[in-house]
Amino acid sequence: MKIVREVENEEKQWKGMHERMVERVLQISAIFSASIVFFIVIFMIYEGFPALLLGKDFFLGMNWIPSHDEFGILPTVISTFIVGAGALLISAAIGIPAAIYLAEFSPPSLRNVLKPCIEMLVGIPSVVLGFFGLFVIVVLLREHGLGSGECIFAAWLVLAVMTFPHVVSISDDAILAVPRSLREASLALGATKLQTVREVVLPNARSGILASLILGMGNAVGETMAVLMVVGNPNVPFIPSSIFDTARVLTSTIVIEYSYAAWGSMHQHAIFALGVVLFVIVALFNIITTAIVKREVKRKWT
Amino acid sequence: MDITTIMENNERRKERILVRITLSLALIPAAILIIIFSYVAINGMSAINPDFLLSPPHMLVEGGIFPQIIGSLCLACVCLLFAVPLGVCSAIYLAEYAPENKLTSAIRFLVECLAGIPSIVIGLFGLILLVHYMHFGVSLLSGGLSLGFMILPWTIRASEEALRSVPRSLREASLALGATKLQTIREVVLRNAFPGMITGVLLGLGKALGETAVVLLTAGSGLESFLPRSIFDPVGSLPVYIYMVSTQGRHSSTAFSKASGASFVLLTMFLIVTVSALILRNRYIRKIR
Repeated sequence: MKIVREVENEEKQWKGMHERMVERVLQISAIFSASIVFFIVIFMIYEGFPALLLGKDFFLGMNWIPSHDEFGILPTVISTFIVGAGALLISAAIGIPAAIYLAEFSPPSLRNVLKPCIEMLVGIPSVVLGFFGLFVIVVLLREHGLGSGECIFAAWLVLAVMTFPHVVSISDDAILAVPRSLREASLALGATKLQTVREVVLPNARSGILASLILGMGNAVGETMAVLMVVGNPNVPFIPSSIFDTARVLTSTIVIEYSYAAWGSMHQHAIFALGVVLFVIVALFNIITTAIVKREVKRKWT
Repeated sequence: MDITTIMENNERRKERILVRITLSLALIPAAILIIIFSYVAINGMSAINPDFLLSPPHMLVEGGIFPQIIGSLCLACVCLLFAVPLGVCSAIYLAEYAPENKLTSAIRFLVECLAGIPSIVIGLFGLILLVHYMHFGVSLLSGGLSLGFMILPWTIRASEEALRSVPRSLREASLALGATKLQTIREVVLRNAFPGMITGVLLGLGKALGETAVVLLTAGSGLESFLPRSIFDPVGSLPVYIYMVSTQGRHSSTAFSKASGASFVLLTMFLIVTVSALILRNRYIRKIR
């Protein structure tokens, strides 16, 4: 008896150890996954540091001329915001009404067709959109006498296609999340469907819609290939004066210049510093989005 | 007619107009999708022939895209080999073991952050860490790992959701039968979460196949005319090929047909992966219900 019990105990102990070991391995892999962000931040800042140290000359400098060791990013940053904001305006103007239709008026059959379409649109490889933009939109603009056709406006259109699905699906979720009871109360008071949407549903979905827009802006600013292919990329970045000007954005500058920046030169550090700036801008947008969503949840449910 | 009926009619007309306007705007994504797909398909089909699919490119805008197709598939393999085991293990920890403490919320927060990082920044990170400091060079390995960093958060998120959607009753039944926690996870939870995980992995794969910026910085110039012989060789890929041919070669007459042919192949690969993911998910949702 005693021996059997001992064997059983030993088996149990071994099993317990085995279980604990597996748990440990799983924990380590989770920590490793999380630490990648950490490494990205550290390496980017480390590599960009010499350029970030230039301070005012870097952040507020007007000239980006690598051959003269001038690395001012202000025109690039402003162009980035112009490109992102325009694309966002277009996708908001189309996306918010579209989301209202999908959530409030659409028959289920149509919704079941349109929702997967929107999901597909999110995933289309950006280089294919860039290809389409370059050979269709840019060519159309050129034929209408707008210079080379490569311009901010073309980038707006291509980017709008990319940000628009995000705006629609998040706004749609936000509108659907408005409690049914609120709608019914409004309808019971004799309001029409239209009045209910305008006066009850939209005000309650406001922060979700806002969050979708900010997230869309973050996506637009961080998008690389599609913009790069249609925006023109002049040799010297400048602050654009019309929407039919060419422009240089943060992402396109990185892709175009990384290959001919000598390793260890200030130029290379400046390119990584551009990456840091881009990272910080996108992170800010994401943090604002999360804050809006969190605040709203708190306000409503506590 | 009294005044209230007129007002009501007015309201109703307004509503009808509004519904029509929003409907037409809601149809725009479908229209864009159809326009882009048919544009690429029509122009791409005429460019595709066995020679184009099976020969290497030369002189930028001549030849075919065979090494690029194989290269894209190789990159996807390396990326999945890295991201799937790591992502699934992390997800199992987060969904099944992780206690609600500071460490867990830190892990969650950082994984969310990783999902928000622009792909070009991940490309720069791969360039500095893998290509330079770890001396992997511009290679299949660097490119695949960088793509892995990119899709890792999506894999984790999808797997965790799939794990959490396994009904509690199944777990409890298994535990009540005397199975240990690990046995329950292995035999009951993972088996039931499997289709959901596959969906997440396929969506991630679709993202990785179409990604350009990361691959351009870490894996090669896209125009390689040879197949990679080891994971330390540079490798061509379809997205980078499309980018190179349609920007640098755009003034030559063949660039357009080469780029649209490659776009068509890329879109087809992307469609197969995404559509099978969506079908799998729908079937899976129905099964749970």
